Amino acid sequence: MDGASTPLHAKPDVEDSALANDFAVELRDVVKLYGEVAAVDHVTMFIRHNEFFSLLGPSGCGKTTSLRMIAGFERPTSGVIAIDNKLMGATPPFRRDVNTVFQSYALFPHMTVEQNVAFGLQMKGINKDETKRRTQEALELVRLPQLAGRYPKQMSGGQQQRVALARALVNRPKVLLLDEPLGALDLKLRKEMQIELKTLQHQVGITFIYVTHDQEEALTMSDRIAIMSRGKALQIGSPLEIYERPNCRFVADFIGETNFLDGKVIEVRGDFATLELPSGQTFVGRVSEGVRAGAHATLSVRPEKMQLLENASSTAANTYQVTVFSIAYVGSDTRVIINLGAQRIDVWEQNSSSTLNPDDYFFKPGENAWLTFKPENALVLAG
Amino acid sequence: MMNAIRERKRLQIFGLMFPGAFWLVVFFALPLLVIFVISFMARDELGSPVPPFSLDNYQQAFDSLYLNLFLFSLWISLLTTVVTLLISFPVALYIARSPKRWRNILIFLVMIPFWTNFLVRTYALQFLMRANGPINTLLQGLGVIQEPISMLSTPVAVLIGLVYGELPFMILPLYASLEKFDWAMFEAAQDLGADMRRAFLRVMLPMTMPGVLAGSILVFVPSVGSYITVELMGGGKINMIGRVIASQFGVASNWPFGSAISLLLMVVVTIAALVYFRVGRGERMAL
Ligand SMILES: Nc1ncnc2c1ncn2[C@@H]1O[C@H](COP(=O)(O)OP(=O)(O)O)[C@@H](O)[C@H]1O
Ligand SMILES: [Mg+2]
Repeated sequence: MDGASTPLHAKPDVEDSALANDFAVELRDVVKLYGEVAAVDHVTMFIRHNEFFSLLGPSGCGKTTSLRMIAGFERPTSGVIAIDNKLMGATPPFRRDVNTVFQSYALFPHMTVEQNVAFGLQMKGINKDETKRRTQEALELVRLPQLAGRYPKQMSGGQQQRVALARALVNRPKVLLLDEPLGALDLKLRKEMQIELKTLQHQVGITFIYVTHDQEEALTMSDRIAIMSRGKALQIGSPLEIYERPNCRFVADFIGETNFLDGKVIEVRGDFATLELPSGQTFVGRVSEGVRAGAHATLSVRPEKMQLLENASSTAANTYQVTVFSIAYVGSDTRVIINLGAQRIDVWEQNSSSTLNPDDYFFKPGENAWLTFKPENALVLAG
Repeated sequence: MMNAIRERKRLQIFGLMFPGAFWLVVFFALPLLVIFVISFMARDELGSPVPPFSLDNYQQAFDSLYLNLFLFSLWISLLTTVVTLLISFPVALYIARSPKRWRNILIFLVMIPFWTNFLVRTYALQFLMRANGPINTLLQGLGVIQEPISMLSTPVAVLIGLVYGELPFMILPLYASLEKFDWAMFEAAQDLGADMRRAFLRVMLPMTMPGVLAGSILVFVPSVGSYITVELMGGGKINMIGRVIASQFGVASNWPFGSAISLLLMVVVTIAALVYFRVGRGERMAL
């Protein structure tokens, strides 16, 4: 949409959707200004039915603001939002078929768990019997029926979290919005709830839009992820696409670990580009959008996608002699830092054998080794 | 060892409590006791309390004349509380919603009248509402009315005077509650399908009920026994129980009867306050 001015923007993925023009939620060129600051900056997203869609990005990148615009608490400065193919415009929150699980849970302190969960049904004017039945069902869904009579402050964080979930799900909304719902929980509980949430989403068949700044959480749970930075959606894709084919330096850096080698593109041929470092070495990797011969570019290669060998042929692509700087044994793998001239590179070697001899776990600092990786395992990114 | 520590703790607690306790005994309990004793006495020709002790004063207080005055006072005070609440809630809400740096200034503005003598303020209000006062002059000048409206010496004038005087006592506790109110709760209610009205009634109001209760008591209790406002705004034509008490201790020179009425007033107000708290709290639980 605004790709002309900012080539790194994700393109709307209308084309690759089986049901083009039928989306759970659409954001078209949405902007939200707070004074001079663009909290959300020309964001376009198409979220499919029954999708687990995550907004992932560092704090302050505009995730909450995006969610609040979908919920109806904020109006976009420009652009449009549609829910279930209906334009929202000035539709107030209480007339939108979405429910929110707030970051702070926002459970009503003066109501019991049961009253909290029944609230939405009462507002819809659903009769007493059905309200009672559906409230009970919702509490069973989150495995809390025995605590129906408690007040929120008599419950643990994890339990409150589930009440918030039940209170939203009981309304069977078209879309459920979750703003860092696990942020306040400790690590172990968070991992459990991740699995539980994902299972729950399958069970109820509702579109989830999930805000998080935890990349692992987003990768494990999502069907698709939008990576946000400074109000922009930089890339939208499946966890696999995001991790294996980041479309810009920010995404490659933000998701997982990677090495960046800056240089100049000397050749682009087919799907591959050759990059020359200032120190003279050349590397070949997959070409990505906007990479042109003669321009500056960055080679991005992940630490687990490289090998260190005792001997190798110096004529092979992406193969150079290096010096081992340090090694760290971390159980599942050994993390080696090497020097290629002045460039430091992280290489993770999987510990696939099980011995107690430290010498079996690779090189020692100061030793020479050969670094090698396949061109298809590296990416040449513009800029 | 343990005993020594416990002894010191006890001394500490005593030390902390003493000033407050002293204050309560000297300025509250003792005068109350005096009034209580006097209320059972008779009076001599000069009005001073003398034995014998009897229930005569209380019997006299249950005369329909005084009962009606009691009811009228309670009614005016109830109206005062309701009107004050209706005015104060939006004001307190506005202040609580203002940017942080503005809030203290606005609260300051609410409190400024405290620094002027209450009597002077009531006289000023009376002056404004007089037949030839600024309000009538203005309305006549604009041609809205031909003859001046007589606003003073009516129950409404007393009501206006009371509301004016009590407003800060309602605004401050309401503000304290509203400032603590978490707006995510309001949004959660809307998110679950409640329009503004229902989000207010079902979530915001119950959650700010402590402020509503505190403010109502702070306004209601002084209103029932109010004297100066009734005297000035009522122009001697409106009678409330506070005026009766004042006259018994003053011109009528009947301290025993004044004491009996004072004590009855206290009992009535306490009961009213308890009922109000009970109802208010019950409502909060039911919501
Ligand atoms: N009500 C507001 N007024 C002014 N600025 C705001 C407001 N809400 C958010 N912002 C700004 O917009 C940006 C995005 O905020 P937010 O959407 O909360 O980010 P995130 O949820 O990704 O951490 C931030 O720079 C934040 O300071
Ligand atoms: Mg946020």
